[in-house]
Amino acid sequence: MANKVVHLPVLDFGATLRKDNWWIGPAITFVILMGFICYATFRAFENDYYRVGPYLSPFYSPLIPTAGWGIPFLSPAMLILPGPAGFRLTCYYYRKAYYRAFAMDPPACAVGEGGRHDNYNGETKLLIFQNLHRFALYVALGFLVILWHDVYKALWFRDPYGTEASFGVGVGTLVLALNTALLTGYTFSCHSLRHLIGGSVDSYSTAPFGQLRHALWRGVSRLNQNHMFFAWTSLFAVALADLYVRMVSLRVIQDVRIL
Amino acid sequence: MAAHPGSNGSKAKAAKLRVFRGTAAGGDFQNYEVETYPGMVVLDAIHDIQAKQSPDLAVRWNCKAGRCGSCSAEVNGKPRLMCMTRMSAYPEGEPITVTPMRAFPIIKDLVTDVSWNFEMAKKIPPFKPRPRDADGNWRMQQIDIDRIQEFRKCIECFLCQNVCHVVRDHQKKEVFSGPRFLIHLATLDMHPLDTLDRREMVKRDFGVGFCNITKCCTEVCPEHITITDNGIIPLKERIADDHYDPVRWLLRKVAGKPRAHKVPAQPTEAGKTADISGRHRVDGGNGKGELER
Repeated sequence: MANKVVHLPVLDFGATLRKDNWWIGPAITFVILMGFICYATFRAFENDYYRVGPYLSPFYSPLIPTAGWGIPFLSPAMLILPGPAGFRLTCYYYRKAYYRAFAMDPPACAVGEGGRHDNYNGETKLLIFQNLHRFALYVALGFLVILWHDVYKALWFRDPYGTEASFGVGVGTLVLALNTALLTGYTFSCHSLRHLIGGSVDSYSTAPFGQLRHALWRGVSRLNQNHMFFAWTSLFAVALADLYVRMVSLRVIQDVRIL
Repeated sequence: MAAHPGSNGSKAKAAKLRVFRGTAAGGDFQNYEVETYPGMVVLDAIHDIQAKQSPDLAVRWNCKAGRCGSCSAEVNGKPRLMCMTRMSAYPEGEPITVTPMRAFPIIKDLVTDVSWNFEMAKKIPPFKPRPRDADGNWRMQQIDIDRIQEFRKCIECFLCQNVCHVVRDHQKKEVFSGPRFLIHLATLDMHPLDTLDRREMVKRDFGVGFCNITKCCTEVCPEHITITDNGIIPLKERIADDHYDPVRWLLRKVAGKPRAHKVPAQPTEAGKTADISGRHRVDGGNGKGELER
């Protein structure tokens, strides 16, 4: 038996006895979310290249005519993005992601925070707005209707003269449809939706429409198990859909008609 | 080393362990070497040390089957049940560090004082069912208890309490009950037969708002209970119904209905709860208390 003696580490910031690379997860989250925020901000200020053929970027949908409002730098995206951004900001999954990656509160499980958070209040004071997630959900559901309408419009291609529209499917149609499908998955797997449609019921067997509400709750619960998957894939998809429209609009790439 | 029942006769391998030794006054790591065998768990290694090298090494354990939750500790910095943590899960040759749960005061070596949890448990008004049906039975359907059956798997190992940063780093033990008891409150609040309304207490006394959904409790749960998604978040949503939903507030104003949907709980002394009729329930410590009539 050896007797080398070392002191138990104090829980300074980042101190841990974990031997895995616990910092990789928060670091990747930070890079991806910061990248998305930077790209979305750039696109909101760019105010161009958001529409080509039957395709409309999700960042600019619905297309609000802000040009005549006389406000410098105001773009439709600036009015639209706070809606989905609020939904993601208050999302129960993203809280885990950004509390760890940005606030480092905690940086990871069983990793020390040091004395940085003496005045920790969780979501009781400054962050109390997180409790309003269900209202952001209502907004997000409204956006889904608009985005599915955009997908429908992306199925109708006008002739070169712009007179007649014919049914068709382009790569852009599929990109927009994929984006909207993933956003639908993300929205319909929401914890607040799960609560609103049936989670608030204590006794399904005796509540009005109890059987139906239980069935709906169970369906959303199944989706809810994949909420993290939908959260990330829909984030990538919405950026990709916007980027695709921008690239086609700039003629960097050409949209290919499949049908 | 005597042949172990699980041994395949191959040459025994040695494992290095760094075990925290000390008391509340302070402590150090002590290095040990033990011979391993197939199927060996960390608790076996600790017992081996206790038997052959340091008889005064303190460790709390009981069932050695992942059922009692008493051998909770931290292995290589991660909260684990020692009896369910295989030595083979760690790289050969590298020392395995075993420390007590950090969130609770150390009594000695790997044994911590978890009594705060039991004090918190006493503060929760226990199950209070509605009156029995005419034939003397209580009835409920499976769809009514689907959600809360998962929570009944809890073995009270307190690993979730230990890893929760609100308890562990911010030491908000006065105002926050921790995930284990939020789960217990969720179990009661979602129960189809329960009649007490604990929601105001969940917000005010048990501090559900302090949870910021970082899900470490779910990650460490040895029973794989989805603590955050299935317990704490639904509880937060129920609090949002009552306190943060202006639409519901307006509907309540228009309909003239009070916010509480059940009989409000009125906490009294530890272990007893009075409902508004003045009846008391005594919890005999088995979690299945009887109503005093």
